[in-house]
Amino acid sequence: MALQPKKHPMPVQNPEVRARNFGEVALGYDDKTAVSEAQRCLNCKNRPCVEGCPVNISIPEFIAKVKQNDFEGAYQIISKSSSLPAVCGRVCPQETQCESKCTLGIKFEPVGIGRLERFVADYHNVNFSGDIAVPEPNGHKVAVVGSGPSGLTCAGDLAKKGYKVTVFEALHIAGGVLVYGIPEFRLPKTIVQKEVETLKKYGVDIQTNVVIGKTLTVDELFGEGYEAVFVGSGAGLPRFMGIPGESLKGVYSANEFLTRSNLMKAYREGAHTPIMHAKKVAVIGGGNVAMDAARTALRLGAEVRIIYRRSMEELPARKEEVEHAEEEGIRFELLRNPVEILGYNNPDDRRDPQNGYVCGITVIKCELGEPDEKGRRRPVEVAGSEYIIDADCVIMAIGTSPNPLIKNTTEGLEVNRHGGIIVEENTGQTSKEGVYAGGDAVTGAATVILAMGAGKTAAKAIDEYLSAKE
Amino acid sequence: MYRILNKRELNPTVTMMDIYAPLVAKKAQAGQFIILRVDDDGERIPLTVAGYNREKGTVKIIFQIVGGTTMRLNQKNEGEFIADFVGPLGCATKTEGLKKVCIVGGGVGCAIALPVAQKLYEQGAEVHSVIGFRNKDLLILENEFKACSSKLTVMTDDGSYGKQGVVTLPLKETIESGERYDEVIAIGPLIMMKFVVATTRPYNIPTTVSMNPIMIDGTGMCGGCRLTVGGKTKFACVDGPDFNGFEVDFDEAMARSSMYADFEKRERDAFCNLFKKEAN
Repeated sequence: MALQPKKHPMPVQNPEVRARNFGEVALGYDDKTAVSEAQRCLNCKNRPCVEGCPVNISIPEFIAKVKQNDFEGAYQIISKSSSLPAVCGRVCPQETQCESKCTLGIKFEPVGIGRLERFVADYHNVNFSGDIAVPEPNGHKVAVVGSGPSGLTCAGDLAKKGYKVTVFEALHIAGGVLVYGIPEFRLPKTIVQKEVETLKKYGVDIQTNVVIGKTLTVDELFGEGYEAVFVGSGAGLPRFMGIPGESLKGVYSANEFLTRSNLMKAYREGAHTPIMHAKKVAVIGGGNVAMDAARTALRLGAEVRIIYRRSMEELPARKEEVEHAEEEGIRFELLRNPVEILGYNNPDDRRDPQNGYVCGITVIKCELGEPDEKGRRRPVEVAGSEYIIDADCVIMAIGTSPNPLIKNTTEGLEVNRHGGIIVEENTGQTSKEGVYAGGDAVTGAATVILAMGAGKTAAKAIDEYLSAKE
Repeated sequence: MYRILNKRELNPTVTMMDIYAPLVAKKAQAGQFIILRVDDDGERIPLTVAGYNREKGTVKIIFQIVGGTTMRLNQKNEGEFIADFVGPLGCATKTEGLKKVCIVGGGVGCAIALPVAQKLYEQGAEVHSVIGFRNKDLLILENEFKACSSKLTVMTDDGSYGKQGVVTLPLKETIESGERYDEVIAIGPLIMMKFVVATTRPYNIPTTVSMNPIMIDGTGMCGGCRLTVGGKTKFACVDGPDFNGFEVDFDEAMARSSMYADFEKRERDAFCNLFKKEAN
């Protein structure tokens, strides 16, 4: 059989239709497509894809099982390395990880590893009804702070080794950024729930409505018999630009806008949490969070522009997300930097209900100058090139700074000048004995899979630490 | 699920509840707040802690029935449960070193001001309290304030109880009569706090205000509760809710608090209609 030079395309909802609903955009492979895609894998000896995976899934082995139509077998291989395969198959940036290393990718398109992972995980979630082999308890207790990707991964790995793990979550539902940040159309919440349920079957206890640093401190957790603590408390306070008009009504941080829609279901008719149904939305920023906010605003009925100060080449969001956004009709205003957000003010009527709401945003054109320390070309503003873009809502998606609650209440926990927890890279060990950390709380805003990788690293280190103590 | 152990109507628009939440009760301090959801599809609303009993594991909340969520909360009775209750959040009111303080409370804000007054009283400070209401029917917590204040002035807008007028009147009079307060702590509607600050500023009396902006997570994630304080963006949930009143941009806070006024009215109307149907 001749080798297919291209990946089997991912079936997706028609852009015009999906721009008006919150259903999942990508629909997933069917059995036949999955097997056929798996057959593209060369099963090469040096397995570069595994190196490209932050949690080192045995990729060629699971793909080999797919080839043989043994989808559950494939799942068992993935689940040895990943606690959240259905999530990763959807939101990992495979193009810069496993797939970027694929040997097939030298001449052709790489194997659709992410698509296959998603297929296998979805197959398992629908078809598997057997019992999970719960490991023998080893008598040790570990606390995990935060139920986002790093916390769930760390909890899963430790539970599978027999640890009694309790996850403390500040919000009313488990999942962290997977439920409050990533929209339904990219990651359905039933999938996150399913993954959380699987962890519970392994014996992980999840305590919602507990804010570590407030309700309980890290030191109190040790007092309650936990022998190690993993801090995966996630990203913190949203950043703003410090330009005039950021406190006008209709200016959101991406975190707030997405939390209202995703966590509080404000996109649904009859929801009790409000969200602005704007007509013209300007999203500031070029990362995945900016894409999520823009595409959410679009689905709520707005005409949406993304304003980014560099060019398409430097745009940090995943290529697939950018393509999806463009297909759905989102406009990119590149090489533009916001200068001021303008508010409506009726000079004749102080009580005009429109007063104080956003009515536009002034931007200035930029050119790319010399590369900065990260090698990205720095945007340089072109003097006198300001103009106004119409908008009744502005969403700031320019990153976050770490949450101060744990740092402020945990003696001996060192943070860097940005407020990120300092850890040993190979173990996730912090400056405080028995305390490990990972994910955005350490790195600042990054990806789900990097957080999972950090959770995995820490779980291994915690296991070694507690085994050595015996 | 969190059980309502006690419920009492303080006036027709204000209700008090003791909620069984031992972890929160263990840590709660005056000035901090909690976030609750009444039921599974409910919104998250912040309410400032109005008291706590560490032995019984209860946290007292006092809320005004103003919107859909507080209407739903008020439907719940003793023995019933609310879905979520998390805290204590925010920073406690700083009371160390204060010897003589004037507490100014407005409306349901008095419920939040009371534990601060009690804490100051317990640490031996001299507490003067000025509490204001629209009218006599809305008066709450008079006896409780009396018990912890060496001087209590009750004001009503219409003069139906206490003295007629706004809370800043007696505050200004007392200051002008030569009373020297270490601090004035004002908790109530934004407009009241704005005028308290305008009253104390000429005398340079340190003035703390408790802000209650729109909030979702309450843990420093969403940024919805941001305020401009001293020209900088601050977050009420982690930096507050108490701030130096002289530095708060009240006009901006007032504008932001009305962002969802239309939605809230619809929610209220929807709830009232539902209630009417049930009653029929």
